[in-house]
Amino acid sequence: MGMMTESRTPAQALKIPGEAGVWVFLFGDMVIFVVFFVAYLVDRAAAPGLFAQSSHELGLAVGVANTLILLSSSLLVVVGLGAVRRGAVPVATGAFRGAMACGVLFVVLKAFEYTQIASGATGTDLNPFFSWYFILTGVHLMHVLIGLGVLGLMVSRAQQSSDVTGKRLMVIESGACFWHLVDLLWMLIFPLLYLVA
Amino acid sequence: MKGQQAKAKPKTRLFALIESRVTIVWIVLMVLTIANPVLGIEAQLAGSTSVQLLGVAILTLAIVKVRLVGLDFMELRKAPVPMRLMFEAYCLILWVVLTACFLWL
Repeated sequence: MGMMTESRTPAQALKIPGEAGVWVFLFGDMVIFVVFFVAYLVDRAAAPGLFAQSSHELGLAVGVANTLILLSSSLLVVVGLGAVRRGAVPVATGAFRGAMACGVLFVVLKAFEYTQIASGATGTDLNPFFSWYFILTGVHLMHVLIGLGVLGLMVSRAQQSSDVTGKRLMVIESGACFWHLVDLLWMLIFPLLYLVA
Repeated sequence: MKGQQAKAKPKTRLFALIESRVTIVWIVLMVLTIANPVLGIEAQLAGSTSVQLLGVAILTLAIVKVRLVGLDFMELRKAPVPMRLMFEAYCLILWVVLTACFLWL
């Protein structure tokens, strides 16, 4: 069944995933985060002991769980996009909703971690490490929340018709890339905050 | 409805999914995620030179993961060459900048 759609777009044909304009934003976002990371490492160099000690106060389990959750959500988005291309609407919407559930779980765990830190031994005494922790995870959390909206949009676009082509497919592909960006950024934030600080 | 037609062969689809490259990539990423904190804990126990080496190992693994997310999840492996090169360059610069800042600042 998949062969029919395959023949229209040969596997060898190289193509931009989603809209080119969206990629300007995605690459821009990725570069901005590199600037963030460098500034974070500069501050860390000024107080390596404090950063290491504060980092140990973060629960590793929550960080690892959130990484696994985002990776799984990304796989669901890949499965969903494949289903969209095959015209399998129920599989696509199911996979995108599954990814949304993962995203919500990520937010819940993050909120749990925030309250732990706010009520923990560190108290209100916000040291440079925790300032960076809230900046990096906060900006990332904003991406997750926007991503949840994008996934919702992808569900509604996929539901409109089983023949998803042209503009509607572009929107879904671009949305998928945005969600993967959320995953990609977390792959860097997690080790920088939880592991090498 | 066409959607119901597509639902007809769930088993073959499941097998195709399991065999697909993306699923293998996902398994690799999950395993690396669990391996990464193990290195982190090692780093806490090790001497200062090993801490630096393990730190570089953790950052390198992170960028390997970033690259896999880009190439296989975002489908940049199938993107036009200039776009793919831009992403590869991003990963390389990211690795150089982060490890340099980590080691020498």
